[in-house]
Amino acid sequence: MSAARDLAAIRALIARHKRWDRVFAACGVLALMTGVLTFTALFVDMIVDGLPRLSWEFLTRFPSRRPEQAGILSAWVGSCLVMLVTAFFAVPLGVASGLYLEEYAPKNWVTDIIEINITNLAGVPSIVYGLLALGLFVYQFGFGQSILSAGLTLALLILPVVIVATREAVRAIPQGIREGAYALGATKWQVCRDHILPYSSAGILTGIIIGMARAIGETAPVITIGALTFIAFLPPAPLQSEPPYLSFDWVLSPFTVMPIQMFNWTSRPEAAFHQNAAAAGFILVLMTLAMNGLAIWLRYRLRRKIKW
Amino acid sequence: MVTPMSAISLAAVVESRAEAEEARAPKAEVRNLSFYYGDYRALKALNLVVYEHCVTALIGPSGCGKSTFLRCFNRMHDLYPGNRYEGEIRLYPDDMNLLDAAVDPIEVRMRLAMVFQKPNPFPKSIFENVAYGLRVRGERSRRALADKVEAALRGAALWEEVKDRLAEPAFNLSGGQQQRLCIARALATDPEILLFDEPTSALDPVATASIEELITELKSRVTIVIVTHNMQQAARVSDFTAYMYLGELIEFGRTDQLFIKPKHKQTEDYITGRFG
Repeated sequence: MSAARDLAAIRALIARHKRWDRVFAACGVLALMTGVLTFTALFVDMIVDGLPRLSWEFLTRFPSRRPEQAGILSAWVGSCLVMLVTAFFAVPLGVASGLYLEEYAPKNWVTDIIEINITNLAGVPSIVYGLLALGLFVYQFGFGQSILSAGLTLALLILPVVIVATREAVRAIPQGIREGAYALGATKWQVCRDHILPYSSAGILTGIIIGMARAIGETAPVITIGALTFIAFLPPAPLQSEPPYLSFDWVLSPFTVMPIQMFNWTSRPEAAFHQNAAAAGFILVLMTLAMNGLAIWLRYRLRRKIKW
Repeated sequence: MVTPMSAISLAAVVESRAEAEEARAPKAEVRNLSFYYGDYRALKALNLVVYEHCVTALIGPSGCGKSTFLRCFNRMHDLYPGNRYEGEIRLYPDDMNLLDAAVDPIEVRMRLAMVFQKPNPFPKSIFENVAYGLRVRGERSRRALADKVEAALRGAALWEEVKDRLAEPAFNLSGGQQQRLCIARALATDPEILLFDEPTSALDPVATASIEELITELKSRVTIVIVTHNMQQAARVSDFTAYMYLGELIEFGRTDQLFIKPKHKQTEDYITGRFG
């Protein structure tokens, strides 16, 4: 029995098996680059087209018939206000639903069906939400083609995302923590308020921001409910100089948002408007990246204190 | 402060057993207790008396139901659906059945505290961990909180180690310190019975010795029931021992008698290591 020969056979075998490691590594890099390079090309192309148009005036001017004077003031203000309404409704509803499903709801077939529905809702095309909102918010409730209607529509759209993120963050808390709190005589609500919510806040916030980043880029449902494509005024300011100082007139104001402004410009024949669209697209991508960056930072900050 | 196990002298053990003999007032009495996980009968008609200011140990092989039994005392099973109790656990002196459906499990948990197998401090400061049970009871006075937290930490032999860093996260403590923190958390609310669920199984021998020493000290303040998979530990810390097997209570008696002269062959096989 020659040990040396056996060793050679083993090494040959290992070398043969390792060949597949290299094959897959090559495939993986190729696959990854397809995505990364495509995105980079798109982004760079947009910057090259739009950069000459980027300036302070671009952000502070209303849209115009003359492309070189047009700006995105009404669009980005509209986007921000719609996001405010979206967050105002989606966050409490989503977090409360997720927390209830995880900590309170009995585990039976009713909750099973609700769970399946929520997961499916996340996959419903956004235009369907737009149609629903047109009938419900715009006509039935009479909110009109307003910031409120748009905010509510997008809130519906991201509600499943917030619910699922909340549930996952809550589920990640070890059962031992809950039992420790219950064993001290805490009620469900005390456990949720003092433990579950604070410890899951990083995950919940991340989910909220990812949902908002999706909502800010949504076009179809906002067009469906009838956002205007050309708006040369701002909604009434929420803060007034005379009593009662706080005004909510802006929620019923007509509006436009970033993706609609872009859509409007790209559908024009003049090339100069296409440049405007690219510049607006660049700003929109920056807004989304900023939100995602915020999510990552928050998760890092809040997770540092908690480890299990 | 760690006492080597050998230093827990025989004299002290004998003395504490003598005290136990005198102070044989029952604190709780388990009568015909059965417990069901759905249709599965995990505990079968258990009967046992927990004596005041004594340590009662529950021993037996894995899966014998000793942890399930312990978790009946503070109604932890109520947290999960499909669980059902039969029989009674009567708490004295008020002679109340803890398992009565009319008794709120939260009320039971406010009177009987629990320390778990794996140290489970909250991801809060050391102070907030100990104060939590008091906060649940609505204590708001800073002064009262500070006093009770200090007393509890002293009771758990942790005060000297943490008094200068009460605001630090509890996760900065070592495993043994975390477990003593959990004991302090349980002590802060002055429980009538302290339930230990294998409190040292996740700890090293040094930390284990300090917890055992603590248990021995604590019994002058509180009645203790401890689940342990470690027979030497039961022999060292307990006054009474119950041997369980497959959901049944095979033998219950004074620890010295049970270990020196078990009445049942099965108990003898287990404690001599021939089985389990």
